[in-house]
Amino acid sequence: MTLAELAAAPGRASELALADEVGDDRSARERLLRTMRERLREMRASIERGLATDAPSRTGMVGWNAKRLWKADDVLGAALLRRVQAYAMAVNEENARMGRIVAAPTAGSAGTLPGALLGVADHLGLDDDALVMPLVLAAAVGDAIQAKMFIAGSTGGCQAEIGASAAMAAAAVTELLGGSAHACVHAATMALMNTIGLVCDPVGGYVEVPCVSRNAFYSVHAVSSAQLALAGLESVIPPDEVVQAMASVGRLLPPELRETGEGGIAATETGRRIALKMAR
Amino acid sequence: MVGPVMVGPSSSHTAGACRLALLARHTLLAPPTRARLTLHGSFAKTAHGHGTDVALAAGLLGFAPDDPRIPVAFDEARAAGLELDFGMADLGDVHPNSVRIELENDDETLEVTGSSLGGGLVRVFSVRGFEVNLSGAYHSLLVLHDDKPGVIARVARVIADDEGNVATLHSARRKRGGLAMMSIEIDRRLAQYALDYLTHVPYIHWLRMLPEVLSGEAPDEASTSGTEGSA
Ligand code: SF4
Repeated sequence: MTLAELAAAPGRASELALADEVGDDRSARERLLRTMRERLREMRASIERGLATDAPSRTGMVGWNAKRLWKADDVLGAALLRRVQAYAMAVNEENARMGRIVAAPTAGSAGTLPGALLGVADHLGLDDDALVMPLVLAAAVGDAIQAKMFIAGSTGGCQAEIGASAAMAAAAVTELLGGSAHACVHAATMALMNTIGLVCDPVGGYVEVPCVSRNAFYSVHAVSSAQLALAGLESVIPPDEVVQAMASVGRLLPPELRETGEGGIAATETGRRIALKMAR
Repeated sequence: MVGPVMVGPSSSHTAGACRLALLARHTLLAPPTRARLTLHGSFAKTAHGHGTDVALAAGLLGFAPDDPRIPVAFDEARAAGLELDFGMADLGDVHPNSVRIELENDDETLEVTGSSLGGGLVRVFSVRGFEVNLSGAYHSLLVLHDDKPGVIARVARVIADDEGNVATLHSARRKRGGLAMMSIEIDRRLAQYALDYLTHVPYIHWLRMLPEVLSGEAPDEASTSGTEGSA
């Protein structure tokens, strides 16, 4: 199902996404919703584990960021921001410790969606039951992007991973807050459009730097996309054309900027030094 | 695209790698005792960073991508008597996350090559040197046979009689009249009697039924089955 089709849903975008997945097979519908509830539980569990520990990752580059932010004073009067960022990093630091996470759509970008969706829900005191259908929509948005490009840093750069996760999260948050199908898809589209060009450059090839902080930033990015869409702002360029644009930028990226650990942040003097140290 | 639940740190380099190895594991009847893993492209460059090496080992041991033993898969391999040998090579014009897996036990030696496409999706494109096309999203049947008229039809017939639905079918031969490999993705596992029947079809030398590996449910040992013929 394309983004345009999702945007044209007569009712909730998530209802159309669900119908597209399972038709009117009731037991398949129940199974899918059960899986989504299970995914939510796993997301929450990974957030809780991540916020509670400062155990370093295998390289020692990350591991304590989520907890430190979570415990820090809210100096900006932006509790939502802090919550979303901390949740996102909690998941990715778990990931970096080889803990259990839910890929969304990938492991490197696993923090963005739960950061934004659970962060907003907890900030507003919403129940996890309200998150199931937004999660169904997020999955459909991911599928629509995946149909046009490989979602992997090694083929499309980080824009493909983090971009897709932010788009999924933006749509989910918009739906959670009562946005129309059109608004959900445009939230996703604006999130994508403003991630185009992001390269994949993990230091030493480890999914830690910049990945952990990147999830914090792009979960906020998703929330701001939702805010724009809920206010009625939209993307001038149609959603599926934006995906196409991202795919073609991905093809233009040289291999150094696609998860080989040989360009961008990974290729800095310090990045290389760390990589060397780790290789020994 | 929400899921799988997995052990980090990378869906393509950890979960995908684990699934490729899991598929490879199931092309053998008994567990492998030796494995040579040749990593290509991004797999080669960042194998250790993303845990690709341990994930591959885990898959060869039959572990699913959410198995908590993935980080300690090397120890598990040692305990299970599986010898691992990692190398790097340019496998040609293939996806950047690709690996060639050569497996060995007392009865068999074979090769499986595939790519991790991102988000945990995979594609196996070579088994025993023959071109195949498997996604792991279905149960799949591999059949090595003589390139003779009617063999494909007979296999399709058995699948239909067992009420299996063919999702994809790929067939490739080395040369006209020589050996050929069919790879068929089916929406459910063929019954044992159907597999036994196929074993006795003339011109069929070898077949394997591989489990679906994308749902996240660990396949049990019994779901690998097949036969070793003359080839
Ligand atoms: S930089 Fe690369 S490895 Fe890190 S999150 Fe982005 S795509 Fe994934």
